[in-house]
Amino acid sequence: MKEDNILLSKVTPGKDVTLFSIKGGRCFRARLTDMGLNAGVKIKVLNSYGHGPTIILAGNTRLILGHGMANKITVKEY
Amino acid sequence: MMKKITIALAGNPNCGKTTIFNDLTGARQHVGNYPGVTVEKKEGNLKYKDYEIKVVDIPGIYSLTAYSIDEIVARNFIVEEKPDVVIDIVDTSNLERNLYLAVQFMELKVPLVIALNMTDIAEKQGLKINREELSKILGVPLVFTVATKNQGLNELLDEVIKMVEAKSQPGEGTIKYGEEVEKELDKLENILIQDKKLTKDYPSKWLALKLLEGDAEVTKGVRESLYSEKVITQVGESTTHLKKVFGDSPEAIIADRRYGYITGACREAVKKSPEERQILSDKIDQVLVNRVLGLPIFLTLIWLLFNFVFKVSAPLMGYVEMGQTWLGNLFSGLLPDGSAIQSLIVDGVIGGVGSVLIFVPIIFLLFLAMALLEDTGYMARAVFIMDKIMHKIGLHGRSFIPMLLGFGCTLPAIMATRTIEDKNDRFVTILVVPFISCGARLPVYALLIGAFFPERISGNILFSLYMLGIVVAIFMAKILRKYLFRGEAAPFVMELPPYRFPTIKGLLIHMWERGAIYLKKAGTIIFVGVLIIWVLSNFPWSPNYSKDYDTLIEQAQNNEEIVTQLENERAFEKLEMSYAGKMGRAIAPIFKPLGFDDWKLSVGLIGGFVAKEIVVGTLGTLHSVGEVDEESESLRQRLQSQTRPDGSKKFSPLVAYAIMIFVLLYIPCVATIAVIKRETNSWKWPIFTVFYTTGVAWIASFIVYQGGRLLGLG
Repeated sequence: MKEDNILLSKVTPGKDVTLFSIKGGRCFRARLTDMGLNAGVKIKVLNSYGHGPTIILAGNTRLILGHGMANKITVKEY
Repeated sequence: MMKKITIALAGNPNCGKTTIFNDLTGARQHVGNYPGVTVEKKEGNLKYKDYEIKVVDIPGIYSLTAYSIDEIVARNFIVEEKPDVVIDIVDTSNLERNLYLAVQFMELKVPLVIALNMTDIAEKQGLKINREELSKILGVPLVFTVATKNQGLNELLDEVIKMVEAKSQPGEGTIKYGEEVEKELDKLENILIQDKKLTKDYPSKWLALKLLEGDAEVTKGVRESLYSEKVITQVGESTTHLKKVFGDSPEAIIADRRYGYITGACREAVKKSPEERQILSDKIDQVLVNRVLGLPIFLTLIWLLFNFVFKVSAPLMGYVEMGQTWLGNLFSGLLPDGSAIQSLIVDGVIGGVGSVLIFVPIIFLLFLAMALLEDTGYMARAVFIMDKIMHKIGLHGRSFIPMLLGFGCTLPAIMATRTIEDKNDRFVTILVVPFISCGARLPVYALLIGAFFPERISGNILFSLYMLGIVVAIFMAKILRKYLFRGEAAPFVMELPPYRFPTIKGLLIHMWERGAIYLKKAGTIIFVGVLIIWVLSNFPWSPNYSKDYDTLIEQAQNNEEIVTQLENERAFEKLEMSYAGKMGRAIAPIFKPLGFDDWKLSVGLIGGFVAKEIVVGTLGTLHSVGEVDEESESLRQRLQSQTRPDGSKKFSPLVAYAIMIFVLLYIPCVATIAVIKRETNSWKWPIFTVFYTTGVAWIASFIVYQGGRLLGLG
């Protein structure tokens, strides 16, 4: 993995990132895509609780992602 | 003559769909379930111009894939019931994501009208939409609405009627998926159109798309086709080919193209001012979901709400009881004394209806509190705050609210599990909620703690019972997760809606929707349950009494004390010889290892199946003290003085504690069983619940009683 690719769960709140890839099953990926999380989308991390869930802002949608889910999403800082 | 049409309301969760539905139909709504699933189906009617319009509210969905039960239900409804027009409600402040669903409706070629809702919020955020332009690009009529202010609804209905009258063919799906993908789609379509049965309901291109996306439902449908082999081979070939060309799965490419199409359309027709300000919701969230403050604020809010619910519902429940007593007395007077019909009407019917109605105030108020949390948008924050803690027991944040409601009453708690999407999570929550000590168990604790424990530790004893309920629920959740509902924790993704001011109308409608379900379904089953217990504890109607009570009572005419004494004795004997009494005797030995092989208590426990507080009343009858409540001194004394044949005390504090643990954990009341049946849609889980909770109760009581004896506490 390149250095600028990090897991969404590790992003400090307040940072802006872009979605790079989603690992995981077809169902999980489709679900996120349907909710507006496709590759290249801009994300702002609003809140993150260590090992707890993460709140992100994508487009104009605020989403809560469980810790396990945020661990499957790779993002790029810019 | 009014013409009848059906329209379906579709849209993402939180797009204001429910508000539009309420605005359109007002109180003329009907909530049911889609056949075979517990997905709610809301319908309502309205009259507009020459039309009688049936409005069906489809569950809120993000997409028309088949990954969630809501999506399958929505898709099947639209394809099979063929509503005359589908209105897709779009949250304009969130346009691109919302149009993703609209595009899928377009591909399905349903008659579509798009309502651009919440345009007021979008405008505040600096969005300017060129309606004509966007409508032209998408090939779909667009209407601006602000549902919360009742704006644009007439225009929306006009558009619907125009569409019905023009019988216009829905616009061609205009998305181009790019040469490579289109080529593969063509190949698939050419095979699919040979099967007229398949393409009768679904457009061939849509089928081809869904097959490439790997849609499980469509693939299953195609398997039954005569051409299934050819289709499936072609799907395989196309998938491999596309993967080779793009280095990505077909469904990812297709989703990408859809979003690309939407972005393109929005670039043409939507002007965004570049400013990006922090909206009010985010500011509020800095406090309410704050790392430090979030949890205490949440707990305080919940505590306040619960206090409010109990404070308001207590007097209301008192009124219900008063009404029940009044009616009972009225009918007692009207009907011949001591007859079976009197007992049936007074104890059976009025008592039965009463036991349903007694829950109404608390259930409706709890639902009102829930609606308040939901409609303001706070519920999603609560889920976020509790997620980390709930994760430790193998559940999600969403399971927290139902478990919390369980302290009030198990019924609304189980009904609240509907908000849990994942089936495994939902079922585990349903199965452990009965261990949370509900309000109806309190009278039993009050009676036994009052009788067997000194006052200075009574609070601790009570607290320990509540804690035990929580611990058992957590423990069983882990066990059930591990052995019965295996599988990875479902992906937890949930939208965080912006805070909104709830409307009174919306709150009342939401409260009523859920409450009505309780009244209708649970009500009937509880009523039947109460009648069964009445039969069991009243028949045989005239057993052979040891004394001729009628004559004795007549002789003692003037001495009220003796009459009461005799009547109590008769009631005692009657219950002893009834079917319930016999059952009590039969099952009493089961409780010997738990320290309470007392047949009277066994009868009480059987009665507790109707409602746990009945245990107290039944014990009162069996100890011949007439009408009792948990404060009753005489019943406490009787229990204290009960002895075994060898002269030893029947009940010690340890035995009393074992009994309370049993009452806490055993069989939930018949109403809960009825609701579990309803919510899981099968008899399997309610029956499972009956046996497993009782098993858990027996084991827990056994450990405490025998353990206590070993420690010399008995």
